[in-house]
Amino acid sequence: MNNKIISPSDALDIVKKSIVKRRSRDNRLKLFGRIAIGLAVCFLLTLFYSIFTKGYPGFFQYYVTLDIKFDRERIDPKGDLSDNSLFDGEASKIVNESLYSIIQPKGRKERKIAKKIVSSGKDVRIAKMVKNNPSLFGTTAIVKFALDDDVDSFLRGYIKRETPENERRISDKAIQFIDKLNEEGRISYEFSDYILSGSASGNPEMAGIKGAFIGSMLTLSVCLLIAFPLGVATAVYLEEIAKKNRITEFIEVNINNLAAVPSVVFGIMGLAIFISIFGMPRSIPLVGGMVLALMTLPTIIISSRAAIRAVPPSVRDAAYGIGASKIQVIFHHVIPLAMPGMLTGTIIGMAQALGETAPLLMIGMVAFIVDVPNSVLDPGTVLPVQIFMWADFAERMFIQKTSAAIIVLLGFLISMNALAVYLRKKLERRW
Amino acid sequence: MKKMIILTSVISSLVLTTVAQARDSISIAGSSTVLPFARIIAEQLGKNPNFKTPVVESGGSSVGKKGVCDGVGTKFIDIGNASSRMKVKELEYCEKNGVKLTEIKVGYDGIVVANSKKGKVLNISKSDLGKALTAKVAIKGKLVDNPYKKWSDVNPSLPNVEIRVYGPPTTSGTRASFAEMVNEKGYCKKDADAKAALKAAGMKAKKCRAMRTDGAFIEAGEQDNLIVQKLNEDTLAYGIFGFSYLDQNSDTLQGAVISKTAPTFENIAGNNYSVSRALYYYVKHQHIGVVPGVKEYMAEWTKHWSNDGALSDAGMIPMPKSERDKFKLAMTNLPVLKAADLK
Repeated sequence: MNNKIISPSDALDIVKKSIVKRRSRDNRLKLFGRIAIGLAVCFLLTLFYSIFTKGYPGFFQYYVTLDIKFDRERIDPKGDLSDNSLFDGEASKIVNESLYSIIQPKGRKERKIAKKIVSSGKDVRIAKMVKNNPSLFGTTAIVKFALDDDVDSFLRGYIKRETPENERRISDKAIQFIDKLNEEGRISYEFSDYILSGSASGNPEMAGIKGAFIGSMLTLSVCLLIAFPLGVATAVYLEEIAKKNRITEFIEVNINNLAAVPSVVFGIMGLAIFISIFGMPRSIPLVGGMVLALMTLPTIIISSRAAIRAVPPSVRDAAYGIGASKIQVIFHHVIPLAMPGMLTGTIIGMAQALGETAPLLMIGMVAFIVDVPNSVLDPGTVLPVQIFMWADFAERMFIQKTSAAIIVLLGFLISMNALAVYLRKKLERRW
Repeated sequence: MKKMIILTSVISSLVLTTVAQARDSISIAGSSTVLPFARIIAEQLGKNPNFKTPVVESGGSSVGKKGVCDGVGTKFIDIGNASSRMKVKELEYCEKNGVKLTEIKVGYDGIVVANSKKGKVLNISKSDLGKALTAKVAIKGKLVDNPYKKWSDVNPSLPNVEIRVYGPPTTSGTRASFAEMVNEKGYCKKDADAKAALKAAGMKAKKCRAMRTDGAFIEAGEQDNLIVQKLNEDTLAYGIFGFSYLDQNSDTLQGAVISKTAPTFENIAGNNYSVSRALYYYVKHQHIGVVPGVKEYMAEWTKHWSNDGALSDAGMIPMPKSERDKFKLAMTNLPVLKAADLK
């Protein structure tokens, strides 16, 4: 054929040209890569910026400072500091009287408006104070009380003074009282002591994430205690012990399928088995944890199997060579070497479980629960559910609280992922 | 190996069943419209150191009514909330499961059609509102797919603006009530053309309940707050939701005047505003005295449901005094709900 013979100088030219082309291609690829990463970082920053700017005010709220006379006979009529005695006491009346002495409302109607300025959690606050420190009795102390959510929204400027009175949720009289309190320097904007230590509440100024946070921790602990040992054991059995035959293949296919099942299906199964057959109570973290464990099992099994497969056969052969039994090989060599991979898979599975609400719907954990759960048998809810519920409540102060709760959830997730990275780095072994 | 398996399964089922003990907190589920009010009562009861705070689940009216009827025993809920009354069929399901109920009405809720204050107030008759939103309308004696694109197409006196209404999905009690009160009773049973066309087609007025699916009515999800946000951005659109959301956002939103009545607290309470419905809860007799606090929970409602109570503050429309007295009495007498009561 016509194989042209090219001179060495021509060949050099062609190669030089192609090098330029190759380099520019190289550079283009790098540029695209950078653009992609830049875009991703931009999106992430916008997301964080919008969540943080919206959620940051949710950690703060307005308080009013009042002088409270801790009169034992009125606060604790039975004198034994028991819940019943404090419940019968008239702490909120004492707070109201202190408030009236500053703003001087005239008549029953004005007193009613004045009363509503301070959050309805005032009696609980006083009860808590005297319980922690009974020596307060007989003294007069300065106490800060949260302001009602409408007043808070007004002070933040969400409810405007210019809006006609009948169109805003706060009356002219109330604004007059607030101005009076402001003049006396009794209103302050401070870090909210409800958002982190309060529980669910219908009053947004008292709502906090403590109950949901503890519920999340309890649910995740149950989930981890069930899913991790079961998942690792399954992976070890399937990889190291079971014979490769039709049955194990069938099991394998099913585990992979299970990983793709919508999470709400696990909730339905939880309702049918744990609640209907075993008769366990609704809304408890134990059932929630078990349902989430079923959901995360496939993730853990799949990643654990991959980690076990990555252990070089030479390690096993060497162990067998010096006379180790199968169990010894597995427990002394395979599992420790595969541990970083297994832990990463588990933590990713847990992070996924932390963000789930759908499977919890069926078993009654998507609920308004005020009491903080003390054990896995007390009714409880989880962080994402709390966020979901706050997002739907009509009161406007819940908007900031929702974003604040999202920040906490994000922080939780980031620290879990950081832990996964740390464990992998620490336990990883190269060969 | 076999022994091991049997042993572990026996132990695990033992553990699981010992967990199944009596509940000490009331379990409530149902309508998301009743939830904000139920949670206020639950919280108040929880302040009393003798009782735990009830657990209030959401889910919708049908979940509340079905859930309370599922059976007797502490694994089932004690109280079902509903924003629509129980139907005979639903009660039959209850009776089949041996559940005895008492019906307590707690107040009213208005359904409003609202838009941004930057737009015009919609002043519309109930019939026209149904005509604009129902899936099939009568034109020349025939039922056809709703052709109206603008409000002014429905009635020339209405604004020359595209019909775009955000509303709740089919699972919502708010939507069911709206479809029944506006589409069916407001339009199909009142409009002469519609009545004739329905008769000609041999269909019942119930068929009118379907909402439009051609994009004029947009399902915006269960969350009413989302609709409120959308209305603030899209000033030409309208939204359908409960009165309490209008009440909370009265500085940015305005409610449409329906059949010459504005959706105000007084109008809904005085039964002048026609698109309103009653809110109920259903108490299971067999659980009273078994689960602590059921009676006290019921009594707690009576402390807050008056005109200046905490519930009306949260947007619930109180019942007149005579009705309040009637249901307060029912809380102690506990009359069993029968099919005849529901007709």
